[in-house]
Amino acid sequence: MPQLNKDARHTVTMTLNGDEVSGYAEPRMLLSDFLTHEIGITSCHVGCEHGVCGACTVLVDGTVMRGCLTLAVQAEGSTVETAENLASDEGELSELQLAFKKHHGLQCGYCTPGILMSLTAYLKENPKPTEEELRDMLSGHLCRCTGYVGMVRAVLDYCENRTD
Amino acid sequence: MKPKAFDYLKVSSAEEAVAALASGGEDARIIAGGLSLMPMLNFRLAEPSILIDISKVDSLTYIREAGGHVEVGAATRQADLMRWDGLESKLPLLNAAFPFIGHYQTRSKGTVCGSLSHADPSSELPLCLAVLGGEVDLQSATGKRTLSAAEFQTGMLSTAKQTGEMVVAARYPTAKAGDGHAFTEMAQRRGDFAIVALAAVASADKIKLGIGGVADKPTVREWDILEGDALDDALNEFAWDLGGYDDIHATARYRRELVRRLGRRVIEEAKSCRS
Ligand SMILES: Cc1cc2nc3c(=O)[nH]c(=O)nc-3n(C[C@@H](O)[C@H](O)[C@H](O)COP(=O)(O)OP(=O)(O)OC[C@H]3O[C@@H](n4cnc5c(N)ncnc54)[C@H](O)[C@@H]3O)c2cc1C
Ligand code: FES
Ligand code: FES
Repeated sequence: MPQLNKDARHTVTMTLNGDEVSGYAEPRMLLSDFLTHEIGITSCHVGCEHGVCGACTVLVDGTVMRGCLTLAVQAEGSTVETAENLASDEGELSELQLAFKKHHGLQCGYCTPGILMSLTAYLKENPKPTEEELRDMLSGHLCRCTGYVGMVRAVLDYCENRTD
Repeated sequence: MKPKAFDYLKVSSAEEAVAALASGGEDARIIAGGLSLMPMLNFRLAEPSILIDISKVDSLTYIREAGGHVEVGAATRQADLMRWDGLESKLPLLNAAFPFIGHYQTRSKGTVCGSLSHADPSSELPLCLAVLGGEVDLQSATGKRTLSAAEFQTGMLSTAKQTGEMVVAARYPTAKAGDGHAFTEMAQRRGDFAIVALAAVASADKIKLGIGGVADKPTVREWDILEGDALDDALNEFAWDLGGYDDIHATARYRRELVRRLGRRVIEEAKSCRS
């Protein structure tokens, strides 16, 4: 890759939720801003912009990343997944989302897309976490509403009864 | 909360990275996982002219065992080492420390060598490197050199790395048969930076204790096996010598108390892990 000049806007192309998308980014543009303002995704929430809250968490090539600590130009050519990818094309919620709904795993919902993306990657590595493991993993996200109890119940229920 | 403008170069080898560092001069910066650098850019605490991205360099992504060490390349992520098969048997201290290092969501992208380069005084990976007596390999456009952990980290967020140099690998000595290892820390919340972090190694006739989060860099002390009051006295002396500070998280007095109490606990645990 050639050196990208700081003052220019560069074309960034990625596979986002299965579709190829392109937009323009200066090298300093954060992936969270690129997804929101260039592409029009609404689930990559920004709470702190320094990696602490986890609201901006997305998957880049299957790996959990903070959208606010990743540059758009770093994701050039990558596969990016956001919470928009979870429901079916017809808008039917995934089983994990339904479990969150059933157990009141969200209130305002600001933290939720990031948490769902973390879980998407984490449950592939550890499909049946214990409550302790789950709470440890959720420590990477801040939720100001729920107190995490409903969320933990939702995930444990989903892991026990999933058919997807 | 947005970074100042910088040029960006994604490299595919260490040679390409050090060439770019040489031409970029003082304001050129390596970016690995970005977990520490990006917040500094967002806050404009760092304003580099160019970022040299080593995160996708395959030849720097490896874990290998050789000559009594486990060597980790500069693009190797913390999660890769945490999942490495040999971790529990070869690096039991790191195995005990990993759950304390940030979160699942930060270890997935943050690198081992990035943590060493960032040199936060409360970071776990530099502390383990110091206690085990590991080494860091530095490379520049003009050559390579190797520094011990003690030579490498010089203070708070500062290392002996010079302009034009990058860390290409770190080596953690493998555990000696029979030694016991233990790690613990106190933090406000799970995954937060440690107020005090403690790493202990117990052998047949020695105890080694390393402390992070109190002095401006990890500090290691070694004693002949001590028990009872003699151990308490040694820990008390160590706690005072570290010269802790008051900050928003804890007072110096509280930090000294943690060194005394958790110091004893982590040493006992290391002794009980001896086989
Ligand atoms: C919410 C949160 C919690 C965290 N908790 C902890 C914690 O509990 N303990 C802990 O230790 N860390 C913690 N961290 C930081 C940790 O995640 C980082 O991974 C680590 O400190 C830096 O690694 P990196 O690969 O991300 O480096 P980067 O952020 O890319 O770089 C950090 C610095 O090192 C330099 N650098 C990186 N690699 C090299 C190299 N090869 N050669 C020369 N210079 C280099 C960069 O120029 C920069 O100055 C936390 C971070 C976040 C966001
Ligand atoms: S906005 Fe990215 S972690 Fe808070
Ligand atoms: S539901 Fe409101 S922050 Fe989590």
